[in-house]
Amino acid sequence: MSVISLVGQWFADPAHWSGPDGIPQRLVEHVQISAASVAIGAVIALPIGIALGHYGRFGNVAINISNVGRALPSFGVLVIAFQVLGLGNLPVLVALVALAIPPMVTNSYVGLSEVDPDVKEAARGMGYRELAQLLRVELPLAVPLVMAGIRTSAVQVVATATLAALIAGGGFGRYIIDGFAQQDYTKLAAGAVLVAVLAMATELSLSALERVLVPRGIRLQRAPVARRATTFKTA
Amino acid sequence: MPSGLFLDYVDPWVNWTWLSTHIPLFVAAVEQHLTLTVIAVAGGLAISIPLGIAAHRWRALRNPVLAFFDVVYTIPSLALFALLVPYTGLGVVTAEIGLIGYTVLILVRNLLVGLESVPPDVLDAADGMGYRPLARLLRVELPLALPAIFAGVRIATVTTIGLVTITALIGLGGLGQLINRGLIENFHTPLVVATVLSIALALVADLLLVGAQRLAIPWSRGAAS
Repeated sequence: MSVISLVGQWFADPAHWSGPDGIPQRLVEHVQISAASVAIGAVIALPIGIALGHYGRFGNVAINISNVGRALPSFGVLVIAFQVLGLGNLPVLVALVALAIPPMVTNSYVGLSEVDPDVKEAARGMGYRELAQLLRVELPLAVPLVMAGIRTSAVQVVATATLAALIAGGGFGRYIIDGFAQQDYTKLAAGAVLVAVLAMATELSLSALERVLVPRGIRLQRAPVARRATTFKTA
Repeated sequence: MPSGLFLDYVDPWVNWTWLSTHIPLFVAAVEQHLTLTVIAVAGGLAISIPLGIAAHRWRALRNPVLAFFDVVYTIPSLALFALLVPYTGLGVVTAEIGLIGYTVLILVRNLLVGLESVPPDVLDAADGMGYRPLARLLRVELPLALPAIFAGVRIATVTTIGLVTITALIGLGGLGQLINRGLIENFHTPLVVATVLSIALALVADLLLVGAQRLAIPWSRGAAS
């Protein structure tokens, strides 16, 4: 029987839709740890990137942090976190937060630092204080890139969370790792489909959110964002 | 392995005596790591240069090409490998389909950015000087796009060096094999040393590419994104 029809049968089997190893439970695990990692990463990374971009300082650091992030082998980082922190969600969370930070720092830095100096001067001339200028002028203009950073991080965190199964974590990676271990290629392929779909869904839903959040006045500039945003892949 | 019988034995992060007797293991892993990386980046360039040029020339191709490789890029590597295993088996072919697929997006995107940022005045001037389309491409557009292409090669190389470790799960892995071994045997040394070596490899490769860029196109001062 072909792989595709076997995978179809796997998905049709109600046993795979309930219990601790069921798809709903694994989905919740995968999304929970990813969302927590991106949220914690954002709380750390966005203020740093925004501050560096606003003051236009340490641009090299902000750009190069993505390069360092790319150089980190996610597999090694996860396993080392596991050896340091032991079993449970904590090592996964720590490793994913570490991988979530770089693209958000770089992209929010680029977004803020590219705000037209004339616009900033005009804001000053209109009497905006520094904080108001940052919040009401610079940040709205930087939303496309800030959001691109969050989206890039989120997609990579979802992808990397798959590897958590290697250190006894949950999530969809469980099916892939167990499939390899048990030489159950149907389970393996089904897990792969689930992971791929979840990564796409993350990408699409955050792109949609990005479109909603971008202020109407600057939507025309949306096209070049894709190419200015930092590409990032860790898993 | 070192632990086991003695419960109070603490495995150090790096066991230097073990390491000093197992250097060849690391040399072989680095070799495999670099081989997989070079094939991925070279294969990526071989596909993305003609593809990027075609997408630049025939605008209708541009968005479909980018969209297709965007989708490939979004698929987590472990999932992609797992999907390919029933067809291409465990090994180099499966690993390289994934790794090359990922580099193509980075390289095509940067090539297009490079080609699209050539000023129209320059193109006009080249036309006015009598350049045919092919000569204009080879002698005017591509040289001007080189800084962006180099930036793409740097990103692709560093990314691939990180991703190669994951191919440990399909029987390759380079340094990832040693990370896997450390995990399975609960032994810190191979794990820590291989992770550090993988980071070092990526950073050194990046520096070498910056150096190569300075030599090849001295007028540009490396702009990566």
